[in-house]
Amino acid sequence: MTLFRDQGVVLRTIRLGEADRIVTLMTEQNGKVRAVAKGVRRTGSKFGSRLEPFSHVALLGWQGRGDLDIVNQAEVIDTFRPVREDLDRMASAMSMLEVVDQVGQERHANPRLYSMLVGALSALAERDSVMVTPAFFLKVLALEGTEPVLDACASCGEEDIEKLVAFDLVEGGVLCRNCRRGRSLSGEGLALLKRILGGGLAGVLAEPRSPTTDEVGALATEAMEVHLDRRLRSVRAGPVS
Amino acid sequence: MGVFSGPLQSLIDELGRLPGIGPKSAQRITFHLLKVAPEDALRLAQSIIAVKERITLCTRCFNVAEGGLCAICLDDRRDITSVCVVEDPRDIVAVEKTGEFAGRYHVLQGALNPIEGIGPDQLRVRELLARLGEEGIAEVILCTNPNLEGEATAMYLARLLKPMGLVVTRIASGLPVGGDLEYADELTLGRALEGRRVIEA
Ligand SMILES: [Zn+2]
Ligand SMILES: [Zn+2]
Repeated sequence: MTLFRDQGVVLRTIRLGEADRIVTLMTEQNGKVRAVAKGVRRTGSKFGSRLEPFSHVALLGWQGRGDLDIVNQAEVIDTFRPVREDLDRMASAMSMLEVVDQVGQERHANPRLYSMLVGALSALAERDSVMVTPAFFLKVLALEGTEPVLDACASCGEEDIEKLVAFDLVEGGVLCRNCRRGRSLSGEGLALLKRILGGGLAGVLAEPRSPTTDEVGALATEAMEVHLDRRLRSVRAGPVS
Repeated sequence: MGVFSGPLQSLIDELGRLPGIGPKSAQRITFHLLKVAPEDALRLAQSIIAVKERITLCTRCFNVAEGGLCAICLDDRRDITSVCVVEDPRDIVAVEKTGEFAGRYHVLQGALNPIEGIGPDQLRVRELLARLGEEGIAEVILCTNPNLEGEATAMYLARLLKPMGLVVTRIASGLPVGGDLEYADELTLGRALEGRRVIEA
């Protein structure tokens, strides 16, 4: 067993035995890590709330020989409290955790994914923005090497923006009238997508909820589901009615 | 797959399916049962059968019951205007031990956990809403666990119930009595500070 130090965001926890939990974290240096936190479910546990989903912690642990590590100490960097205490933000954040859990690989460092997650949770803690999660999904797609083509029809190369009317991730991005497949895409939706992936993110996060943000939100979820080849449970079973 | 044959292996397999019991423990318990007096082993077998045959969920609150209503729902001294919402029947035991609550309960049979695919439809939420109209309930105490799933469940229910003109309260979060401040985690201590009250002197 070797001792390691790292920082990570708790993605999920599952019960283990009477009082323990297995905690899955996305860490900065070790990628996705699964570790046993002993006694964490007892009311007087030294870990308390520190190892709940969303918690951003500095971690001291033992690296095991098997696939499970052991958490020795955890100190809070941020609890993202506004996210935990608002149902809508919590639902958004949960779907980001689910995506990182799917995309992150165990013991395979992905510091960019880690910092994007921390950034997105911080943004969501700062303000109740409907665009954080869609933007996060699209940025993750780009990081994964499947950044959608937005400047021209992904199938025939048509560049006339007036003619770009659909979106299909399988085809690689936006599609023109002749090549159209997948979901339809409005001009406003396309403009918003371009701002997200083209460096206009700060302004995008200030967008109030509108039919366009709803459209891009649904598109981003769908694209992520196509990429993962599975449904996002947290979006489908989300508590928001 | 097992090394033993017949009934021995099937008992090991059955025990191994229980929560928290691995193959090693299953084997140990099986060989222990092999050694004990027949009547002791039989008593265990009969207890399991009795529980499966007689214990049901309360038709009103989903606590454990012996057919029909549970003991709490049958007790007419309980205050019917207040209902305490918990995740699991075992939480009722914990609340009852405090002696601080005299109303009835409602057991959700779980908590929201979107990442595991557990939404409101998997919980006894609809049944709770039905009770509110029928029983003259005035206060709902949200007594789900103070972890993420429990908090999400409480927030969801609060959003659902508040517009109905009920008093909706959430149990306070605070420090364990007998604990040390210096070891308290930030979220718990933060909430304890927020929920501070004027001290009687
Ligand atoms: Zn085309
Ligand atoms: Zn009952």
